[in-house]
Order: sequence, then structure tokens, then C-alpha cells
Amino acid sequence: MSATTIPTAAVRATPQTHAVNETAVFFALLRRDVRVARKELPFFLVRTTMQPLLFLVVFGYLLPKMSFLGKGYQTALLPGILAVSLSLSAIQSVALPMVQDFGWTKEIEDRLLAPVPTRLVAAEKIIAGSLQGVIAAAFVLPIARLVMGPIPALTLSHASEVLLIVLLGSTAFSSLGMWLGTAIAPQQIGLMFSVIIAPMLFFGCAYYPWRGLDVVPVMKYIVLVNPMVYVSEGMRGALTPSVPHMPLLAVVSALIVVATVFWVLGVRSFYKRAIG
Amino acid sequence: MGPGVQIGGPPGGVRGEIVALKSLDLEVHDGEFFGLLGPNGAGKTTTIGILTTRVKPTSGSALVGGADVANDPVRVRQRIGVVPQRPNPDRSLNVLENLIFHAAYFGIPASVSMPKANALLEQLAISDKAQSKVDEMSGGQQQRLMIARALIHEPQVIFLDEPTVGLDPQTRLSLWEILRQLHAEGRTIVMTTHYMEEADKLCDRIAIVDRGELLELDTPEALKRRAPGGTLVEISLSGAASDVVERVRGVEGVLGAEAQGATLRVYSDRGGRVISPVIASVEDGGVTVTNISLTEPSLETLFVSRTGRKLD
Repeated sequence: MSATTIPTAAVRATPQTHAVNETAVFFALLRRDVRVARKELPFFLVRTTMQPLLFLVVFGYLLPKMSFLGKGYQTALLPGILAVSLSLSAIQSVALPMVQDFGWTKEIEDRLLAPVPTRLVAAEKIIAGSLQGVIAAAFVLPIARLVMGPIPALTLSHASEVLLIVLLGSTAFSSLGMWLGTAIAPQQIGLMFSVIIAPMLFFGCAYYPWRGLDVVPVMKYIVLVNPMVYVSEGMRGALTPSVPHMPLLAVVSALIVVATVFWVLGVRSFYKRAIG
Repeated sequence: MGPGVQIGGPPGGVRGEIVALKSLDLEVHDGEFFGLLGPNGAGKTTTIGILTTRVKPTSGSALVGGADVANDPVRVRQRIGVVPQRPNPDRSLNVLENLIFHAAYFGIPASVSMPKANALLEQLAISDKAQSKVDEMSGGQQQRLMIARALIHEPQVIFLDEPTVGLDPQTRLSLWEILRQLHAEGRTIVMTTHYMEEADKLCDRIAIVDRGELLELDTPEALKRRAPGGTLVEISLSGAASDVVERVRGVEGVLGAEAQGATLRVYSDRGGRVISPVIASVEDGGVTVTNISLTEPSLETLFVSRTGRKLD
């Protein structure tokens, strides 16, 4: 069967409503997520802080005090804790709503009806998620400093580098959250935490520096597939530059690659879920 | 102005193993209240999905307000408002925010959308809920919020997918009233339903669809006239209806009879008065009658005669 020919007159007679400004729509979408995040800020902060706080108390305070761990360990731990906080909250702030929205509430449908490319809706979600990663990092840093006490190697003189790593890391992980949240079946979301997130945290050089893995060379190279390694090492290089760490250039390059790959995968997967 | 909706060729939405749409070729005019009537699984929701750019057609073409759903979904979305089958408001926002943000997604600033949102809430009799959480609303109120949301950006065409499913009769009636109002305001409305009465009462024209195919397309009056003559008497039997269908055709007052398994469908021009001679004839044929139902000529009898199935 062939498609019906549409009389040109009918098409021409259609009112030419001027195109919607995509930037304006993007910021409207972002405003919605900021509004919702603000309403849920206390829960967000508790969710973001709890795990790092527990780690800080045990590994950054109790164990050093019991002399099970050397003083130097805190220096290695602090950037890692920040990396964990920002990565986890960036993943969760995108993956969980996506699972809910596409799985059962279908609430995102009102945004999918917006007269903008569907990929723009996905991009906005990723950026909103990365902002939450940034906020998590900014919130956990002073808490960490408070719990651990003075850390001699800690310096904020490379603030711009810290910011760069935080932004790249947050974007990489919120993109990953987009990919996971749209590609994984809702029933398997628990599995996502135990099979993907947990190994990522423990082999992400957050709780030990990458150079420390010199003692197990095989591991040192295997962990390089883990994007968390670059966030941890990047934070280490930017916050505690005197501690041995990966070269910043390598870290930044790796994060750019990782963020791009996850972004593409995440947006594509979102599109597939949105348009049946 | 161009037609509100045009569907040309077979927009075949394939989902899983089921071909939802085989071929559907129809045109909706501007300002028309158009109904897609069919049983569950007829392909109505897929059709709406394709027309609202949420499902990609595998072939064929569909135009909404002159824009192609496959090639220019952004322009299509600009022209449509959608009321989903199940209310899906943004539960993180309150009722008024739902409207203001939805307008913002269409590039409309709050200064413009705020008075309009308040007017819509007023018109739909939920203005007292403006600052409420969505979850504090009843199902019918949430459905009305969905209608307000579909109207806030002044679309050319409004799509409603089974808007009254799960609503109590009273809420359904008040929703019908709202839809009549919108139609009277000159809006183009495309609605799917499997309630014959709903399509009959509201629509200017109805497309009867089943298994992804268009069976009939006309005004409700013309369709009812086209329904096979007389009252439909449906008789459940203890045995095969094919054994007795010939005998029954000879009974006076019977316009026609069809056998389907243990069900015998008799069209009568004498209403229920054919029942006793038909029963006598059936029982003479050695089969017992277990159940009888009567349906006046309607969209339902037309549907049954075309598909051999009931609407719901």
C-alpha cells in the first residue's frame, strides 16, 4: 500500500507556529529538576553523606586513632571519599528517577511531549544529575575535614583543577546513571548496585591510591577499566598533590573519553526507551 | 486550515510479536471530534502513540497538522495536546506547577501561562486544588488535570486515549460534558475508546478498528443505519450452532442468522417476538438453549456483525 499524497495546499495552509527556543525549553526542564531537588534537599544530603560519613568515622578517625592505620592513610582517603560521594550521587540522581519514570510512573511523558528533540530531554537529565554530584562533593569536603582533623597535605590552591575533575567526574557518572537507568530492567536495579556499583567503589582506588597497587601489578592495570579510578586519582592530584598520583593530564583525558562514551550510550538508551 | 490529522498508508507499529497496525487510512478534519472505536488490542493505543510521536511507524506516513510524525516529530509535538490513558502528572510538583512547567516546556513564559492555567483549572472545576499535591486529587480530578495540561499550550489537535477508563459513571458524564465544551470551542479532538456509547454520544465521525484494520468509517448515525437490520438476538446453545442455523433462517421475522461455535446470532425485524419460535426451532433441531441476550441495532451490533466479537 502506498502512502496517501497530501495536497500541498493543505500543508501550506497549516499555521506556521514559530519554532520553540530550545535553550529556553532546556532551562525550563532544568528549573523543574532544581525545584524538585530543592524540595528533597535534606533527603538528598542524608543519602549523599551517610556512606562517606561512616567511612570517614571508621577509616579516617577510629582506625588511625587505634593505630591500626598510619596517619598518612587519611591523606590518601580524603580525595577518594569525595570521589565516591560525587560519583554515587551523580549515578543515583539520574538512574533511580529513570527507572521509576520509565518503569511505572510514566511521569516523564509530559517532558517527552515537549516540542524539542528527545535527546535534549536526556541531555538535561544528565546535566541535572552532574550538578547533584558537584553539590555532593562540595558538601562532603568540609565534613571530611571536620571528622579527620587537619590533613597537612590538603591544599585548595588548585581549585580550578579540583573543579575540572569534579565536573568531568560528575558528568561521566551521571551519564553512566542515564545509561544504567534506561537499560536495566526495574526488577534488576538491586543487582546494579551489587554487581556494578559496589565493585566500582572498591576497585576504584578511592580507599587506596593507585600507586599503592604497585604491589599487585596485575590489579594495577585491570582497574584502569574502572572510570572511578580516574575520579579518585584526579581528586588526589588536585587536592593532595604531594601524594603520589596519576598524572593530571592522563586523568583528564581518560575522564573526557569516559564521559563522552557514557553520554552517547546514555542518550541513545534514553531515546530507545522514550520512542517505542 | 489543513486537516487536523491525516493518516496515509500503513503505519505499521510492530510491538513484540504482535502486529498492532496493519493498515489504517483515514483523515480527520479540522474542528472534528473523531473517535477510534475498537476492542482492547485493536491497535488504538499504538495509533495514538504513532500520531503523538511516541511510537515510530515502521512504514507508511502520518501527518498531524501538516507535519510528518516520523520526519518532523518536534513540529508535531508543538501542535498536539495529549491526555493519556492513565493520568501521569508530575507528582513532584503541585497542581498549578504541573501546568506552568508544562507550558514552559513549550517555551511559554509563566507570565503568559499563569492566567491561562488558572482559567483552565476554573473551567475544569479543580481551581480549589491549584496548590494541592497531585496525590491529593481523585482519579477524575487527575484526569481533568491531564486535560488542562493538554490544553495549556493551545494545541491544534487534542488526543485522548481511553479518557474515561476506570472512572465512575458520574465522573464519566462530567468528563463528557467537558469534552463537548472543548469541541464546541472548535478544537480538533481525536479520542480512542472501547465504549460504544461514548463514541456514539460524542463523536462527529467514528472509525471502527479491529486487529489493526479499519472496518468502518462514518458518522454514528450512518454507522447505525448500516448495522444489520433489526435486533440482534444472541443465543448460547448446548451444542454446535451450525447444526441449526439453516432451520432458524426459515423462521418468520428472522432477517439472518450466523453460527459461531455454540453461539447463534439471529437478526430479527420483530424485536424479541422471534425468540419463542427460534427457541422452538432450535430445540426441534436437537440442541438446547442455555442463554439469550438482546441488543438493539447499534454500533455494537454493527461491530459484532463485522468481527463476530463483542466490543469489550
